[in-house]
Amino acid sequence: MNKVINNKAWWLVLPVFLLVAFSAILPMMTVVNYSVQDIFDASTRTFVGVEWYQQVLQNERLHDSLLRQFIFSACVLLIEIPLGIAIALCMPTKGRWASACLIVMAIPLLIPWNVIGTIWQIFGRADIGLLGWTLSELGISYNYAANTMDAWVTVLVMDVWHWTSLVALLCYSGLRAIPDVYYQAARIDRASAWAVFRHIQLPKMKSVLLIAVMLRFMDSFMIYTEPFVLTGGGPGNATTFLSQTLTKMAVGQFDLGPAAAFSLVYFLIILLVSWAFYTAMTHNDQQR
Amino acid sequence: MEWMAWTPVTAAFFGGIALLLVGMTVWEIRSPCVERRGFLPIATTRGDRLFIGLLGSAYLHLLVVGVTDWSTWIASALSVVWLLVVMRWG
Repeated sequence: MNKVINNKAWWLVLPVFLLVAFSAILPMMTVVNYSVQDIFDASTRTFVGVEWYQQVLQNERLHDSLLRQFIFSACVLLIEIPLGIAIALCMPTKGRWASACLIVMAIPLLIPWNVIGTIWQIFGRADIGLLGWTLSELGISYNYAANTMDAWVTVLVMDVWHWTSLVALLCYSGLRAIPDVYYQAARIDRASAWAVFRHIQLPKMKSVLLIAVMLRFMDSFMIYTEPFVLTGGGPGNATTFLSQTLTKMAVGQFDLGPAAAFSLVYFLIILLVSWAFYTAMTHNDQQR
Repeated sequence: MEWMAWTPVTAAFFGGIALLLVGMTVWEIRSPCVERRGFLPIATTRGDRLFIGLLGSAYLHLLVVGVTDWSTWIASALSVVWLLVVMRWG
């Protein structure tokens, strides 16, 4: 039987394409145009070629921010993904407690970024914050505004507090979608709890974990508001991540050309890493 | 379009990308591709190989601009070779 391929359905994608073109593709093209010019506004500009790219790629401050950003995203993924899976495994499957847990888990996700920063800024203060006060009463020296390590730990714990729920909720939805027959078969085989996790739950959670890893990577790699409110990028530049360096360059110094070049390098890094994650996780599946 | 601050170079760049996409669409309609495995460690379609080729080219340009004193044209020439190699044997 000859199957007739009808491509007319592609026209239905047109409204979305126009919307994305207007909100993402055209601004992106403008950034590319800005990145090769010394520009103040659309009528005051000079073509400079790849000069801004050279400047950006050889800028030590940006190298440091990039390194910090990679370390931060790696820490976020290494903590939040296993913790999210563990929480999802511990959550009750039905009844009133299941609903209560879901609501409690969703609360941090509903709080705006700047409020999260403010909450932790107060929470960590030794004079009026519960965490800071408790630690100082215990004799532990803790000052996120002056000590680099304390600032890092606070920013990390804040991110874990804010976003682990997302990973846990995604994993929970993945776990609930596993049919009971798999568990019955595992019981017949007398599979251990680890074997059930390794051979049933983890493979079945793969698609939601892919979404969780991608979302958490992209989000943590673009983090701006929380550390900006909490530490202001300090002490020194210890918690100044890429987006903050970029904002300083574009808005603070009004260096639109270098900021545009930097944005594109930033975009290429996110594109490469996200594509690598996506390919690694989907192609392993196909090879099985 | 004045607000987008176009330059001849970026216009040519995006024109090239647009032509590539139109060309790939026509090619796909005329002879639909089959996923295959080349020297790349993953099975790819024609579109995947174009994406990998373009992404590789972008990084090649960054490498040449950031690390060497070579002209950008050398990066562009190497990128064309890389794109053709990936599309043919990738």
